[in-house]
Amino acid sequence: MSNLIIEKNKIIMPDKITISHISNIYNEFLKNLSQLNTKKIIIDFNKTNQLDSAGVALIDQIIEILNNKNIQYKTENIAPSVKNIIDTFSSQKLKAIKPEYETKSDIITKIYNIYENFKSNIIFFTIILIDMIYWSFFAIIGKGQHKKDSITQQLILIGYNAVPIIGLMSLLVGLILALQSAAQLRQFGANIYIVDLIGIAMVREMGPLMTAIMMAGRSGSAFASEIATMIVTDEIDALKVMSINPIRFVLVPKFLAITIAMPLLITVSDFLGILGGFFIGILYLNIPTTAFLNRLVEILILSDITIGIFKGICFSWIIVTVGSYFGLKVKGGAQGVGKVTTASVVTSIFLVILADSIFSLIFYFG
Amino acid sequence: MTEPILKVRNLQAKYGNKIILKDISFDVMKNEIFVILGGSGCGKSTLLKNLIRLYKPSKGQVLFQNQNIATIDSDNLEFYYSKIGVLFQNGALLNSFTIFENVAIPLYIHTNLPYEIIKKIVLKKLELVDILHAAELLPSQLSGGMQKRAALARAIILDPDILFCDEPSAGLDPITAESLDQLFIKLKTQLNMTLIIVTHELASIKRIADHILFLDKGNAIFYGTMDEALNSNVTFVKNFFSKGMGVYF
Repeated sequence: MSNLIIEKNKIIMPDKITISHISNIYNEFLKNLSQLNTKKIIIDFNKTNQLDSAGVALIDQIIEILNNKNIQYKTENIAPSVKNIIDTFSSQKLKAIKPEYETKSDIITKIYNIYENFKSNIIFFTIILIDMIYWSFFAIIGKGQHKKDSITQQLILIGYNAVPIIGLMSLLVGLILALQSAAQLRQFGANIYIVDLIGIAMVREMGPLMTAIMMAGRSGSAFASEIATMIVTDEIDALKVMSINPIRFVLVPKFLAITIAMPLLITVSDFLGILGGFFIGILYLNIPTTAFLNRLVEILILSDITIGIFKGICFSWIIVTVGSYFGLKVKGGAQGVGKVTTASVVTSIFLVILADSIFSLIFYFG
Repeated sequence: MTEPILKVRNLQAKYGNKIILKDISFDVMKNEIFVILGGSGCGKSTLLKNLIRLYKPSKGQVLFQNQNIATIDSDNLEFYYSKIGVLFQNGALLNSFTIFENVAIPLYIHTNLPYEIIKKIVLKKLELVDILHAAELLPSQLSGGMQKRAALARAIILDPDILFCDEPSAGLDPITAESLDQLFIKLKTQLNMTLIIVTHELASIKRIADHILFLDKGNAIFYGTMDEALNSNVTFVKNFFSKGMGVYF
């Protein structure tokens, strides 16, 4: 059997390009590829008399590599029997294909397409949010287009069922936060300021943020996967042809439920987070209970609580809109559902943290 | 069968730049079973989705009561949807709702009927499709055939003028498929419904079809009755029927 030979401007293919030989041929090609020092080469099949589908795949691969290196090629001396096999299996056209250079205009087109895609996604996202807010008003005044008890069902799913995990998480966050700070404060005899730290941190930041992150993972993923599955199984189309607006029927109950549930969950989170700090305060820093509570009442003002709740409501809208957006954009079957669910959680968490940063700047400088 | 209930004129459908349906024209008469037929990937389901405006045709007209469905506004589209029912290929029942709730949805949303009346209507429709016993079950607790029947009950709950069915027999055993066909005939004869059915099940077509539209690669290559189809000189139609005859007839 002959070997693949690479000369300055020529690749001479071996006599047998079959499944038992292609590994060696391919290695040979890669090893000697650097010897090609021109942008126009010839692939010579003069010796080739045996070829199978695996061999055609190898030829395709070689051509792909040449194309990627912007090397133009043409083929020579292909025996009819070999050409038949190539024509049957090849995804490449074996002729002197002019490689497609990525010209400037292509790059501009790509950037333009990315911009257009981004713009249409933002518009779609905004439309979903506005639609949900708009149709929620109709639902509130009793003109909803959803099953009567669906808001209650969603409240149980989104809110009530999340209380244990959010409560436990907040308690632990409060404990950790207080414990980490306690040692530092003790050094300066500033034990009582643990109340300020825990109180304000939980109510203004950690409560809303941790609750939102948990909700994004728990409820946002459920929204995305439920809506995506409904699209994949034609349920959304079925609603449309029954003149039922899917946003009103499916999304509005979720939107209203999360809007109601979020402030309540944040309250639970705030309370249990502070309770965690309270344990550390009285057990580790020996702060008297009354002193802790008096200080808490003294430092916590109404605006801290309302800011926390306001942020929480905004986060909840981000979560429900992102979940719905990704759910409605699903493509494909089960794999598509999985993809949009993951994307929904990641995007929700990112946008929640981004929004929290923006709020922090606004409230700090505002 | 005197006047068309649905007229399709020069309909063209595209996915992106790819043309799926080319210049399709036909009439569907009142109170007939109209079958859209063709091999896999010929554009049958796309045509159906264009007829029910889940897709918007890129060109042409779909006329119902002298209104072009392809271009009507949302109010008129709502009126059109109140006059049609759709049976999707996989049933498309809402999985978190019971069969009763699934069938009752259009009544809850579009009427102010009291619950007692809604219940009676739903139970009558479930009885008609022979799954009364499954009213309180969830779709996942039913077999494929029963899910199709439940979806059919939902599709006809508002007594539509036209019932669209996408591959109703797909995935069903021959006996269940035949009983579903009998149900279609019952809807046509007893409720004066017009049915537009997308299928490629030859046995089913023979049982139910009044008129056939044959699609191939997005083109309408034949339009006529079943007998005309069997005697057609169009090569593809001839082949299609001859390949299946041995198996089904």
